[in-house]
Amino acid sequence: MFKEYTPLKNKIFQVIDNDGKVINTKWMPEIDSERLVKIYKDMLFARTADLQIVSYQRQGRIYTYPPNYGQEAIAAGVGAVIKDHDWMVPAFRELGTMLAKGVTLKEMFLYFMGNEEGSNFKNANFTLPISVPIASQLIHAAGIGYAIKYNKEKKVAYAFVGDGGTSEGDFHEAVNFAGVWKVPVVFIIQNNQYGISTPTSVQTASENLAIKSVAYGVKGIMVDGNDFFAMYRVVEEAAKLCLNGEGPVLIEAVTYRKGAHTTSDDPSKYRTKEEEDAWEEKDPMKRLKAYLIDKGLWSEKEEAKIIPQFKVEIDRQFIEAENHPPYPKEDVFKHLYAEMPDDLKEQEKQYDRYLQWKSGKVKQ
Amino acid sequence: MKIMNMVNAINDALDLKLAEDKTIIVYGQDVGVEGGVFRVTEGLQKKYGVQRVFDSPLAESGIVGTAIGMAVAGLRPVVEMQFCGFIYPAFNQIISHASRMRNRSRGKYETPIVIRMPYGGGINALEHHSESMETIFGHIPGLKVVVPSTPHDAKGMLIAAIESNDTILFMEPKRIYRAIKQEVAEGKFTIPLGKANVIAQGTDVTVVAYGAMVREVQKAAVMAKEAGISVEIIDLRSIYPIDRETIAKSVKKTGRIITVTEGPKTYGVGSEISQIALEEAFLHLEAPPARVSGFDVIVPLPKGEHHYMQDPYKIFYEIERTVKY
Repeated sequence: MFKEYTPLKNKIFQVIDNDGKVINTKWMPEIDSERLVKIYKDMLFARTADLQIVSYQRQGRIYTYPPNYGQEAIAAGVGAVIKDHDWMVPAFRELGTMLAKGVTLKEMFLYFMGNEEGSNFKNANFTLPISVPIASQLIHAAGIGYAIKYNKEKKVAYAFVGDGGTSEGDFHEAVNFAGVWKVPVVFIIQNNQYGISTPTSVQTASENLAIKSVAYGVKGIMVDGNDFFAMYRVVEEAAKLCLNGEGPVLIEAVTYRKGAHTTSDDPSKYRTKEEEDAWEEKDPMKRLKAYLIDKGLWSEKEEAKIIPQFKVEIDRQFIEAENHPPYPKEDVFKHLYAEMPDDLKEQEKQYDRYLQWKSGKVKQ
Repeated sequence: MKIMNMVNAINDALDLKLAEDKTIIVYGQDVGVEGGVFRVTEGLQKKYGVQRVFDSPLAESGIVGTAIGMAVAGLRPVVEMQFCGFIYPAFNQIISHASRMRNRSRGKYETPIVIRMPYGGGINALEHHSESMETIFGHIPGLKVVVPSTPHDAKGMLIAAIESNDTILFMEPKRIYRAIKQEVAEGKFTIPLGKANVIAQGTDVTVVAYGAMVREVQKAAVMAKEAGISVEIIDLRSIYPIDRETIAKSVKKTGRIITVTEGPKTYGVGSEISQIALEEAFLHLEAPPARVSGFDVIVPLPKGEHHYMQDPYKIFYEIERTVKY
C-alpha cells in the first residue's frame, strides 16, 4: 500500500467515491455489517453531539469549543482500529476517537465547562488529556513509543495533529525521534485545510504533507480523510506495521473542517460559500450513509428515528456535567506535586483565612 | 567512604539507580558513547546497554518531550541538557506539559523526570555556556528546582530527585564539577529536596547561597572572621520548594541577610529570599536585605566575566556594608 501510494506521486488513497460507491475493491476492508452499522451510528452520535455542543455554547452553557463535524471519518477510522491497551495522544479535535477509547461525553463536557476533572478519564486508559499547544503532544507519542518498545509490549500509540501543526518544530522532532528509534507510533495529520484562518498553502511549500515522511525515512501516505473505508484500511495497515516493528507511520488524512476553528471563530471571513459547497459533496457521513443505504444496511427512516434518541442521551450527559459538584478549592492546590510543598500549603492556608474574612467569620 | 568530585558523585548516583531500577532511562546529546561533554555519564552505556543509556538526536524539545511520553508510560527518564543555555527549545515541553500533566489529568498521569544540566559561569566559556537561569524554572508551578554545592549533596540529592514522582530540574554547578573533592558515602543515601543546609553557624549576618556560590561565600566568611564578623551560611540546596523556615530562623538570630546568586539581579532568587526575610522577620532586621548577584546584563564573554561574577571580595564588601549599616 505504502509503495503503491507513495506521497512522492501525490496520489491520494481512496476506497469509495463521493456517492459511496466502491472504486478501489483491492483495498476495500472487510468489516462485518453489524460492526459497520455500529461504527456509522457512533459517527452519527459524535456529529449530533458536536452540533449540540455548539448550540450549548451559544446558550452560554459551555465555554469555547472546537467542533469536529466534517472530520468524523478520521476519528472513526482510528476509533475502529485502536485497542483499549493502545495509547491515544490527542490534540483537541478528536471527539470520535476519544469516545471510542472510552472517554465519556460527560467528561468532555466537564473539560469544556472549565473543569480539569474532565481530563481525569475514569474508563479510558492510555489516553492523554487534550493538548492545546500545537504539535507539542506528538513528541510525547514518540516517548510513549519508546516505552512500548522498551517494555516489549504489543501496543501502538496514535498521535494527532492538524495541518498547521506540521509547521511546528515539534512535528519535525517527533517524527524524527520516532523514525530514529523505530517505534510503534502512528502520526495522523488531520489536514482540514485551515489552521484557524490560515490555509495549508501558507503552511508549507511541500506538494502534500505526507511527503514529509520521506525525509524522515518513515512510511507515509495521503488518504482521503472523508472516506471511512480508506481511513480504516490505512490505519489498520499502519497498526500492523507498527506491531511488526516497522513503525512509525505518518498518515495525512485530507478532510475539511466544516465548522469554525472554535466557537469564537467566524470562517466566513476567510473562506467562500463555493468552497464549502464543494466540500459538502465529499462529506464523510453522507458518503458512508450512501454506501450503507445501497447495501440495505441503513435507511433515512432509521436515521430520523435514532437522532432524537442520541439528543436525549447527549442532553442527559450534559445535564449531569452541569450538575457536577462545585469546583473544590483544594483541587486548585493539590495536584501540582506528589506531595504539596510547605510553601504551597501556607498559600492555601492564607487563602482560607481570606475566605473566612470574606464570609465575615473573622476580622483582620 | 570514597574521595569523589561532583562528576564522580553524580555518575555514582546514576549508576546506583540504573542498577536498582529497570525503569530508569538515561539519555541526551552525547550522553552515551562519549559519556557527556563533561563525562558525567561516562561508562554507563557500557554497563547498562544502549537501550538504557544512549545518545539522542540533537533536539532539546524532543529530549524533554519524549521523556514526558516515557514517564506517562511508566518509565523514569533522567535526561541531560548539554548546557543550561541550550534548554530554551525545551521550554514549551517543560512549562506546557511536564509541569502540568498531573494537574491537568487530576493525578491520573505523572511525569517523574529528572532534567540534569550544567549551569553557571566562571569557566571561560563561549556565549550561551555561562547562564544561571534557575529563577525562570523556580517561577513555574509544578516544577522542582534543586542545586547541589558539594559531591556528597549531588549524590544524595540526585538519588532523591530520581526517586521523586515530580519533574525536577537538577542544576549542576559546572564550575565546581571537578574543583571540590570530598569523602562521599558509598551505596545509596538521599538528601530530602526542599530543605536548606546551615553549613556554618554565625551571629552577625546570614548569607544564603547555592551551587558554586557556596564556596565563594565560605571564602568571604574567612575574610569576615578576620574582620571580626561572624557569618552564618545557608546552602539553600533547593530553589523550589524554598525552605522558608530555615531562612526565617537564621535571620531572626542574626538580624541581617545577604543573598549570593549568579543570575541577573531583578526578580532573582535573592529577591524572593529578601521578601521571605521581610515577611518572617521584619522586626528582627537590623539592615535591609542585600543582594550580591549578577547585573541585569548578558553574561559577558570571558575577558569581561569577572565584572559579572561574584567572588569573595564582592561578597565580603556586602557583608561589611550590611553589618555597618
